[in-house]
Amino acid sequence: MFGARLFPGGIHPREGVNGKAENSANPIQELPAVSRVIIPLSQHIGAPATATVKKGDHVLMGQVIGEPAGFVSAPVHASVSGTVVEVGNCKLASGATVPAVTIDNDFKDEWVELHPSEHPENLTAEEAQQIIRNAGIVGMGGATFPTQVKLTPAAGKTIEKLIINGAECEPYLTADHRLMLEHAGEIVDGVRLLMLAFGVKDAVIGVEENKRDAISALSDAASGIEGLRVQGLPVRYPQGGEKQLIYAITKRVVPTGGLPIDVGCVVLNVGTVFACDQAIRMGIPLVRRVTTVGGLVNNPGNFLVRIGTPVKALFEACGGTTPACKQLISGGPMMGISFKDTDCPVTKGTSGILALGKESIYPEETSCIRCARCLDACPMKLAPSRMDSLIRHERYDEAEKAGVMNCIECGACTYVCPAKRLLTQSFRMGKKVINTRKKAAAAKAAAEKAQLAAEKAANEKEKKEA
Amino acid sequence: MQRHLTITPSPHVRDRASTKNIMQEVCLALAPAGIASIILFGASALKLICFSVLTCVLTEYLYQLIAGHKSTVGDWSAVVTGLMLAYNLPATAPWWIPVVGGVIAILLVKQLFGGIGSNFMNPALTARAVLFISWGGLVASYPNTLYCGGVDTISSATPLALMAADPSQVSFVDLLLGNVPGILGETCKIALLLGGIYLIIRGIIDWRIPATFIGSVFVLFLLTSGFNFELALKEVFAGGLMLGAFFMATDYATCPLSRLGRVIMGIGCGVFTFMIRAYANYPEGTSFAILFMNVLTPLIDRYTMPKFFGEVKKNA
Repeated sequence: MFGARLFPGGIHPREGVNGKAENSANPIQELPAVSRVIIPLSQHIGAPATATVKKGDHVLMGQVIGEPAGFVSAPVHASVSGTVVEVGNCKLASGATVPAVTIDNDFKDEWVELHPSEHPENLTAEEAQQIIRNAGIVGMGGATFPTQVKLTPAAGKTIEKLIINGAECEPYLTADHRLMLEHAGEIVDGVRLLMLAFGVKDAVIGVEENKRDAISALSDAASGIEGLRVQGLPVRYPQGGEKQLIYAITKRVVPTGGLPIDVGCVVLNVGTVFACDQAIRMGIPLVRRVTTVGGLVNNPGNFLVRIGTPVKALFEACGGTTPACKQLISGGPMMGISFKDTDCPVTKGTSGILALGKESIYPEETSCIRCARCLDACPMKLAPSRMDSLIRHERYDEAEKAGVMNCIECGACTYVCPAKRLLTQSFRMGKKVINTRKKAAAAKAAAEKAQLAAEKAANEKEKKEA
Repeated sequence: MQRHLTITPSPHVRDRASTKNIMQEVCLALAPAGIASIILFGASALKLICFSVLTCVLTEYLYQLIAGHKSTVGDWSAVVTGLMLAYNLPATAPWWIPVVGGVIAILLVKQLFGGIGSNFMNPALTARAVLFISWGGLVASYPNTLYCGGVDTISSATPLALMAADPSQVSFVDLLLGNVPGILGETCKIALLLGGIYLIIRGIIDWRIPATFIGSVFVLFLLTSGFNFELALKEVFAGGLMLGAFFMATDYATCPLSRLGRVIMGIGCGVFTFMIRAYANYPEGTSFAILFMNVLTPLIDRYTMPKFFGEVKKNA
């Protein structure tokens, strides 16, 4: 396997039943624009953007409608030209209510004036960071972490290696696969521009071996570029997990609680790199993305869709869901979120929209039989059955010691569990409780410290007066 | 799209394996040894197997009915316990022995400690130990097979006892086929190997336990007998070692979780089996060795949890 190393644990989600092979043969088609888009101002990790338009404003395609509010934040752009009808709230697939701008499409697709870089191959790191930030680019694999933040290493740390994530290890999803096939040139160009701007000598595009056509397309595009190579990876979920991918490619282990940059790596999804290329070469901000529509729909496909398009438009384009559909998922089946309301908009992180049948509904939980399959499946080498038991008994301190904070919520343990236990959900809850308690403890300690200082000051004052 | 859609937490796809089909596969893997026992010991073997399985299933059903718990009879784990218990009895045992044993295994050892996955000792082996101590004459006898003296005759010496005197007295072919005195499930090694290898291939048991268990018994006998290869090999193929190593020591509830823990479990079982066989009063030590390691399992678990991925040495 070209020397790629296996990360610990991992699973093979059943292939074949998910239509991944079939759907990867469907070329990306542009979804016709809808008459009204709802663009959330919080499509990224970090502070929501602040609206810069008001009701009645005329906006152009690619115009900024939300300014980033802080360092870890991203601007949001209009994906159609038209009139702002509302600056209010909308519901995301996750159920969260976030501020959003609703725009009525005038179907003219008038773009704002775009500013392609005049010297794309001679960008400084600061210029590249600025372009990426202004284009509103966030991690498009689904994590939606603002990309320019990743590309701004803390003092004393340097980016030695760019790792481009083309693993697409989730079942059903084929959007990245299609993008790599149809836009291999732009992806490779994007990597090259980032290498030049950030002075990175070494870049690897990692692709799972079940996408041989993508590997060869990228290899062809990358031939002759010094320091860039394409690496085939074993087909194993979660191969696309940041820490797992870094290990598979560099054999470096990201220390517990650390970031990829601690081992000199930055990991970017292929979709993200494509967006960076578009932003640098053409000045186009992130207003569209490729999304897979799969599962129990009549005609699965891969769509270039404008951010803010309600997901029901995607289902309509696919001929609707089949009667067997029992659940809708935003994202992949392993880590995606199930939702009901098809009015919710496609966001920068929507890698797929899936319709799943009754097999996706949870069977009843039974007792843990201690088979240890979860230990073998865990890519972080944790002991899920043990952590689950601790959390259910509210023994959070012990659960933390057992490593629950290292859980990446990939769902591998829950996938393999023969007793059908809701392990991942248990860890999500446990992590939340632990984090809340830590915050409370920190606040309490700070309050006590402040009180102590105040008392001390008062005492000294008294002494002086005495 | 106003249909009955459901909201559930991720992941939204699951493996097909369930507790029930794991237990069914274990039953399938135990089947060859059961068929062999009926061929070797006749109808009395079938009778004991039936009594044992029925008692275990019925005990679990009735206990959960009376206690108001949800019935778990459908997960087939009581059937596995019933088979294991029967395989640990001699063909000459009366019908009420597996009945008493089944109640002990399911009620006392399994259900009272919280049901499937919560018992700390192997139910079938614990029941066997209780029966062994209470009705030694009935349980600790080793009848001959139909083809070697007849079931009615109780062997004066098991292969293990004979071997202690002179290993060449026992035929290797008889050991493999199971044409030697012994309890129901332990004699036919071919059947046990077939089932055990099936479980390993299917990913149901961890090869580490049988490999280290059998391996350490072999090595210890080899070392202490002055490299008597024949004796060491026959020690491996005699007695309840195969049955214990593949089917008893690998019991999920009572073996360690981590891979390292399982290696320790296997070696521990091997060492104690060797010590009992070679130096103690009992001719066979497999079941007591496993029970002893069962009790140590929580301790082993505690010290052998894997290091987290990312738990690296600073400045390594």
